[in-house]
Amino acid sequence: MRSNKLWSYGLIPIGAALLFFLAVRALDVMRSEMPPAIGELTVERVEINPTGFAAKIRANSREPMIIAQVMVDSAYWVFSQSPPGQLSRGDSATIKIDFPWVASETHHLKFVTSVGETFEHTIDVALPTPRFSVRSIGDYALLGVLVGLIPVALGMFSFPMLRALGAQGLEFVLALTVGLLVYLLVDMTFDGLEIADRASSIYGNQLLVIIPGLLTLMALQSLSSISNVRDDGARIAMLIAIGIGLHNFGEGLVIGASFATNKAALGLFLVAGFTLHNITEGVGLVAPLTAEKVRWHLFLMLAFIAGLPAVPGIWVGAYSFAPHWAAIYFGVGVGAIAQVVVEIDRFVQIERDPQSARTRFSRISVSGYCAGAGLMYGTALLISV
Amino acid sequence: MIEWIKSSLNRRALFGAALATGVGAKVAAGTKHHGKMTTVGSVDNEGNGFDPHDILTDWDSGQISTRSDGRTVREFALSAIDHEIEIAPNLRFSAWTYNGRVPGPTLRVTEGDIVRVEFTNYGSHAHNIHFHGIHSAAMDGLPGIGEVEPGESFLYEFEALPFGCHLYHCHSMPLSRHVHKGLYGAFIIDPDPARNLEFADVARSRLLGSAENDHWQELLMVMNGFDVNFDEENEVYAVNSIAHAFSKEPIKIDRTRPVRVYLINITEFDPINSFHLHANFFQYFDHGTTLNPTSTTIDTVMQCQGQRGILEFTFADHEPGKYMFHAHQTEFAEQGWTGFFDVS
Repeated sequence: MRSNKLWSYGLIPIGAALLFFLAVRALDVMRSEMPPAIGELTVERVEINPTGFAAKIRANSREPMIIAQVMVDSAYWVFSQSPPGQLSRGDSATIKIDFPWVASETHHLKFVTSVGETFEHTIDVALPTPRFSVRSIGDYALLGVLVGLIPVALGMFSFPMLRALGAQGLEFVLALTVGLLVYLLVDMTFDGLEIADRASSIYGNQLLVIIPGLLTLMALQSLSSISNVRDDGARIAMLIAIGIGLHNFGEGLVIGASFATNKAALGLFLVAGFTLHNITEGVGLVAPLTAEKVRWHLFLMLAFIAGLPAVPGIWVGAYSFAPHWAAIYFGVGVGAIAQVVVEIDRFVQIERDPQSARTRFSRISVSGYCAGAGLMYGTALLISV
Repeated sequence: MIEWIKSSLNRRALFGAALATGVGAKVAAGTKHHGKMTTVGSVDNEGNGFDPHDILTDWDSGQISTRSDGRTVREFALSAIDHEIEIAPNLRFSAWTYNGRVPGPTLRVTEGDIVRVEFTNYGSHAHNIHFHGIHSAAMDGLPGIGEVEPGESFLYEFEALPFGCHLYHCHSMPLSRHVHKGLYGAFIIDPDPARNLEFADVARSRLLGSAENDHWQELLMVMNGFDVNFDEENEVYAVNSIAHAFSKEPIKIDRTRPVRVYLINITEFDPINSFHLHANFFQYFDHGTTLNPTSTTIDTVMQCQGQRGILEFTFADHEPGKYMFHAHQTEFAEQGWTGFFDVS
């Protein structure tokens, strides 16, 4: 009975709102007063192949948008649009332009709509977009292993050394891990916000990162507080591995997208920089395990979880990068890492001394935070992507 | 050895090594893209209410009458009308026009005629007409003297002097916007053979309606441009307003008849425009105010805004085929100011 009443009473506000909405549309109250719609056209991705360009565009305008003409380097060029026709708000299309681009040179695209709005997109360095092929999949996988898995594993070799450290040494290393993770958190947040800027503003710009981040943090937090798994080093290490793995997927995404858009400064510098960067992550990964009995296959699992995600990251980034999905992904990563920081903090408190709040901001801890963040920052200087 | 190491470590080599994607590094040669540098589609000339091809030859001689003192009087009616036009396929532009077309009607009179132009402003802003010719200050079309508010009219009256290829345009402020939005047109004064006895033959060949003139293929080309996104630069360049109009539909030329082009530059935002003819050279009469040419054998002529002239050339010794003509500011050519003469 009660639920029936709930439903029928519930219809009242819904029905009233619907009627109001329909009435306003029918009366067309504001339409004649509205200024011309100023639209936004986002270029989400440009594929460069031997015959020209294929640009994926998304329209965001109150009125449907019609792409009238397309210019490449200030010259009108023949293009085709699929699907053809006008683009309503949120619609996407692929614009194919046959154009003899010049390798390694810059080219400017300009889309002209039927009302004369122009939207520009610059291809900084024209090089063929990596095509999906067995060979390139393998090459990217190799790159991901070199950049992600191996450095993390190398960092994990510091385990015996860490084990030999005393209690204070351990406190330092755990704080180093926290510093490291906070660095990753901040780095991912800003990277995510930058990517979100490239997405169509239909999706809410910065909210694409912030909302998923907060939701992930809360979801993971509630999951961990309701689970009865006891706090032990292995669990913490696993959480750290997941957090680092998410970050490395994001790194892979950025590397892969850079290959696809040819904005990357590549080569030895890239690999060397990421190696040092991720070695530090490997150290932080094994820090919680020093007081435990650990089986070797745990190490293997941790290394894979933390390091391997760079591989699928590069694949996704190179073959199908879309800024809005990347931004959401970064937001999730940020939330996950934030939650890991909370976990470590809790672990340290319980591990050391539940009574003492001093540990969190002791001199050793603070120097650990600084060392962790500083080391990450220093090694990041070597990477220019 | 060192050089090899250095070169193999360079960015490109490492890029290739890092990826080794095996993507064919060959980019298609330019020849495959011939014919791809153009606007896509075709403009609805009927929807616009005017056709750039018609404008090539639709000389308006006005209402002709004779005054009591024997002078020939030519009367025209020009109205300023706001009209949205399509300047490239699917690309619309809110234009201010004389009589609903850009460029406005081509007024063509004879040297010495009394010209009367009744101008009515049906537009949304104040407009007027400034003629390039000899007339009194009261007829000059300046703000403060001859400004015509929406709904009002003004009668311009002056003697048609000197002979030549001239133009008229709005002179209201802000001047660049009033010109750029489409308020301009050609004003041609044919020489009177009786007044130019030394070159009477040449004068007669320029007089519309004479037998000599009929032998010529005369074309009016007004070089103009459009700034569609208000960044004070043109995104579309054209002859007679429609981008690529004469490359998509070439102008038919009869080899046995000489060609005379009345060329006027009214492009805003760019200091100069130009006309270049392929495979042929022409005589050029600057402003058209002389009966002997200013330049005798040139293939490219430059005009600043408001400059105009007459080009005379012939394809009599040429093989049939398509001969391109375009601005030699290649950016203008690439953005719509290209055409073909289809000579047969």
